[in-house]
Amino acid sequence: MLENDLKFLEETFKQYYFDHFDLIHVPDRSLEREYGYKKFNMGMIRHMSLKTDKDLHLMLMTNIPSDVFCSNGYYSFPKLPMAEKDWKEADVIFDIDAKDLNLPCRKDHTCIKCHSCNEISLLQDTCPKCKSNKIDLISLSCQNCISGVKKEVLNLVKILTNDLQIDNKNIRISFSGNEGFHLYVTNSPYNQLGSKERRDLIDYIMFHGAIPERFGFKKNNPSRSSFPDLDDPGWSGRVAKDLFGSKSKRSKSVTKIISDGYSAYRQRLTETVKNSIGVKIDPNVTGDVHRIFRLEGSLNSKSGLAKLACDNVEKFNPYIDACLIDDKPVEILANFPIEFSLKNRKFGPYISEKISVPRYAAVYMLCKGIANLA
Amino acid sequence: MISLGQDEIAKYPFLAEAGQYLKDKGFTLEQFATDPDLKIIVDKAYERIESAAEEKTYKPEVYDSNEKDLVLPLNVFSFLIAIVLLKLSGLNTLINKFALAEARRAEKFLQRDLVSNSSKTSEEFATKIFHEIFSVTIKKSGEYFVIPIPDYLRHAVNFHELDWKLVNRHVENGMVFLTPHESVRLIRKELGGYIGTRIRAANTPNMSSGFEDKVKKLSDLAKKFVVNTVVTTEYPPCIKHAIEALNNGENLSHSGRFMLATFLLGRGQTVDEIAPLFKNAPDYNEKVTRYQIKQVAGEGGNKTKYACPSCEKIKSNDLCYITPDCDNIINPMQFGKKRL
Repeated sequence: MLENDLKFLEETFKQYYFDHFDLIHVPDRSLEREYGYKKFNMGMIRHMSLKTDKDLHLMLMTNIPSDVFCSNGYYSFPKLPMAEKDWKEADVIFDIDAKDLNLPCRKDHTCIKCHSCNEISLLQDTCPKCKSNKIDLISLSCQNCISGVKKEVLNLVKILTNDLQIDNKNIRISFSGNEGFHLYVTNSPYNQLGSKERRDLIDYIMFHGAIPERFGFKKNNPSRSSFPDLDDPGWSGRVAKDLFGSKSKRSKSVTKIISDGYSAYRQRLTETVKNSIGVKIDPNVTGDVHRIFRLEGSLNSKSGLAKLACDNVEKFNPYIDACLIDDKPVEILANFPIEFSLKNRKFGPYISEKISVPRYAAVYMLCKGIANLA
Repeated sequence: MISLGQDEIAKYPFLAEAGQYLKDKGFTLEQFATDPDLKIIVDKAYERIESAAEEKTYKPEVYDSNEKDLVLPLNVFSFLIAIVLLKLSGLNTLINKFALAEARRAEKFLQRDLVSNSSKTSEEFATKIFHEIFSVTIKKSGEYFVIPIPDYLRHAVNFHELDWKLVNRHVENGMVFLTPHESVRLIRKELGGYIGTRIRAANTPNMSSGFEDKVKKLSDLAKKFVVNTVVTTEYPPCIKHAIEALNNGENLSHSGRFMLATFLLGRGQTVDEIAPLFKNAPDYNEKVTRYQIKQVAGEGGNKTKYACPSCEKIKSNDLCYITPDCDNIINPMQFGKKRL
């Protein structure tokens, strides 16, 4: 990152932190958690401990981090190296990110940036200028992706509260600060589970590894009555809804499934049905019991948007509600071929243009790597 | 500690305090080594180990209710003397096989006790074993038993068959529904582990001449179970796929790279040999790549050497490209290992 850009971002982030102490708190049982942070152009600093909000705010003002993290795990000695921390338990965290949904709209709001020549172009496999295949994909704001992620979040909440009997009051949802949502489960009997057990829970939630026998198809002697019903609890009911649509279509669908055969049913369960009703969580995140997660209220250096708790996911609009940097005009040089929208205002495409934009948009473009200060 | 009646000790002899049991019945270990009348129990103990080694469940002869008072203690004695013989032999293979066979035997009783409609005490006792030894809270619900999901997961993750995956279970309101057979099967491995641990934790008595002959026979028995293996140099399909993806300049995920590095390190390759594989990756940076492989190899700051992830984890990460050659392995490191 250019030195001027870096200085500008650090100043802006510092100002944000100073103005928003009310949004940035240490979580419960702070002394048992590990904290970490990153600075612009630098690696991660981990294995820190913070006691109170004041300690956290002081750390923000002193170090001006680009990103701040806190562990889901609770330890006896959070400051010691990983093997000596003495892990006690960990909140169960789910990450649902737009990139994992891979919606058709993605190609329209993604551009590429070449590693070799820094050229930014429309989505393609190689850099059109220097033909290098070493490229970064840059995805810009998209309401459709956010709606898709929200739908997954709500499906996940249903499974957690119905199938897993997790109390709604122990579930907290926050916008990740880029293009996803994090869902935290605290104070539950699941907190004690290690990563091996969590992986099986992940497969449950993603509907991964389902076998035909469980969903009614006995290999040698299929019987019509053993196929799931629409009002069955858990996956049986959801699979029935996905396969049959309605009760009246069940009989006809079952006949077809049996005549298509066991292997076809297995393939249908593990591909079509999984893609349609499995919740698209990031398995690596939930399986990790030693991870440090972005802290609520802090900024995400991939976008300059804030990671914020949302009480009402459906109404939450991240491109307005989490865009908390001020709108003083800033002059930038931008060159990218697609448009994006923040605070109901459209920006781009720009062809090597010098323009004046509100500070929040300047920060967004600098963080995305598609503009520089003029 | 669970309090045991005579019936329970005969069914679950591993729950008894061995020394105390002998003492209560008025015997010493020395008597078993020397008294010709008790030789039959030492013979039975040996048979019990032998049938375990051959993976059969030990079935003492059927008794009628008149002989119950006599036969039940005999069964407990043969179990306790079997442990003495195993401890004297020090043969881990046999201890493992014995523990597993005893677990299978106990499993049958547990299952019977769980569904025993005639005896409420037996059902309660079986439920208690689940709770006190394996921390599994199990409750009856119609024809099924229900277990809280976290308890289920702690045990079910030891199975590799797909039907034990939570997704393939009847789950409702935080509970998993299991048949009595499945409930008992769920704790099989831990039951074997528990019995094995109790055997290993027991004191090894001094060798008595009366036991020498049987201990020698056990050494001969154990020789049958030495396994020779050969390993092919072929890579498993997941690893081949990862290498191919990198060669084609595709962006292999972090978990894919981790899998590849840990696998090759596990096969004895060095950081210098592995790093060049990543050079076609879209974000290749030699310094970063070498640093990361070193971390994985345990040559970095924290000295932790990472092992190749299990097939199950690889499947979860969509990196599995299973072929019949995989032959039910549970970790790519096992690929191509064949018993001679």
